[in-house]
Amino acid sequence: MIRDTTIGAKLWSTAVWVVVGFFVINLLAMIATVVIDSFATQWLRTWLPVGFTLKWYAQAWDEFQLTNVLLVTFEIVLTVVVLAGNFGVAAAYEMARRNFPGKQAVMLLFLLPLLVPSITYGIPLATVLYQTGVGGTFWGVVLANLVPTVPFVILVMIPFIEQIDPKIEAAARVFGAGTFRLFIHVLLPMLLPGILAALLLVLVRTLAMFELTFLSAGPTSQTLVVVLYYSVFASGVRAIQSIDAMAVIYMVTTLIWLLLALRFVNPTQIVARGRSAQAN
Amino acid sequence: MSTVTDTARAAPGERVSLRQKLALRGLDGTTLLVLPAVIFVLAIFVYPFLYGLWLSFSPKEGGMFGNYAKFFSDPFLYSTIATTLWLALPVTIISLVVAVPIAMRMRLLRPQRLLTTILVLPVTLGTVLVAQGLLNYLGPQGWFSRVLMLLHIIRTPARLTHNYWGVFASLLITGFPFTFLLTLSYVTGIDPALENAAATHGANAWQRFRHVFLPLLVPGLAIAFLLSFVQNFAVFPSAVLLGAPAGPTRVISIAAYQAAFEQYDYSMASAVAMIMAAVQLVVVVIVLAARGLFYRGSTAGGKG
Repeated sequence: MIRDTTIGAKLWSTAVWVVVGFFVINLLAMIATVVIDSFATQWLRTWLPVGFTLKWYAQAWDEFQLTNVLLVTFEIVLTVVVLAGNFGVAAAYEMARRNFPGKQAVMLLFLLPLLVPSITYGIPLATVLYQTGVGGTFWGVVLANLVPTVPFVILVMIPFIEQIDPKIEAAARVFGAGTFRLFIHVLLPMLLPGILAALLLVLVRTLAMFELTFLSAGPTSQTLVVVLYYSVFASGVRAIQSIDAMAVIYMVTTLIWLLLALRFVNPTQIVARGRSAQAN
Repeated sequence: MSTVTDTARAAPGERVSLRQKLALRGLDGTTLLVLPAVIFVLAIFVYPFLYGLWLSFSPKEGGMFGNYAKFFSDPFLYSTIATTLWLALPVTIISLVVAVPIAMRMRLLRPQRLLTTILVLPVTLGTVLVAQGLLNYLGPQGWFSRVLMLLHIIRTPARLTHNYWGVFASLLITGFPFTFLLTLSYVTGIDPALENAAATHGANAWQRFRHVFLPLLVPGLAIAFLLSFVQNFAVFPSAVLLGAPAGPTRVISIAAYQAAFEQYDYSMASAVAMIMAAVQLVVVVIVLAARGLFYRGSTAGGKG
């Protein structure tokens, strides 16, 4: 490891840390503003609110019908997680184990929904969904959210499956295990950490997926993030504290799952999703 | 499985069965596992896209290219391309320029986990929450303006929301962590032995960066630029919530959304979405072509 001890190097290093600090402080202060405001009785022209109260949470819960919204959100998210898990793990197994003609093309097919921004394909997708009558319903939202999550599960799972020695599977085959038993008794236990990580990340991504849900949701199939968007959009109507209270509820529901997911994966994996694929 | 080998053994010299031929090329029962996902992506991603392309050529009025002609003749529509580029390009370039030195410094640091976790926060929370947070934080009565006034940098509260800068800040906050973590993974992939070798030969810090790291980083940085640019170009919720969606931050996704859900002209909306995809594609092609001009090769050190 090279250590520079010149004044220039020290100044440079300090400058880099100042930029990092500035970014992190602003980020945390922004989150803190939302949290503090959600407990504030009144917060105008002062550094901190005049007093603190919990009433905004009760109010937000009633105004935005959050019981209902949270129920719908988790129904949608869990359906997406289960379906994406099934489609994704099966396809990832094939992609990791076999070389078949057209594998590169199939890989590209799975990469595209992750690379193209959701709003670009979301508008044609919403058009098709509305014309087939699925748009605006529960299943419309689920279908739209599966577009980026199925490829995401595949890309996250491929390296996990490649780590497992094929000889273990061969041994199970020798002892007469069929594909199904092989999967349940051999692969599933070994893949569990990977599957858990992939599914938790899908859960977080679906909770936070605004564009696709926004474009495909009807009045009864909005998730929490879409309700939050509409309330900020019409922010003149309601107290800001009430919107902030909902924002905190959204933050908490998302962060719990993120913290759980981070026990299984490296944070950079959330971002560098296509890297294992690019290496091929 | 066993039946295939049995028939093959029973009839030597005869033609091998189709099933066996396929198995030799890697196609057997497990290949079926990939089919549901492929069919799904074809049906719900590729088909809508092609349908959108076809729909964009059958406008409500005018000939085949009616929508495109309308888009490029109405300044209210075609100016959205420039508006969006004017937001997406500076944010992407700034993120990348700032991310490289920080990643270079950070790779020397072992416990990166806390910082990377903090940085993943805005990516996870999403653009809507960041927009709502910034409305409070950057607003005229927010902490940001207050601190600047306390330090006597400005006299009156800065106007940072409901204009260009609000969207700029929100893109930077959600986009920078993404760019940084991607850059960090590329920087840490370069063998430190290469830098040590350069140092042994007397190269100073700048020379080591300029002649050793930068050439090896260019391919990775090009990918980071593209991924981050494409996301920034599709900015939507923060442009509506934090910007001035009728004027300075009327980005192309707003135009597409309004065509689809306010005028119910799905044909026009598809055309705008296709133009959006085309602009992204053009930038991708330009950057990838430029990348081809640089060194591409191993980032591992070795004897040779």
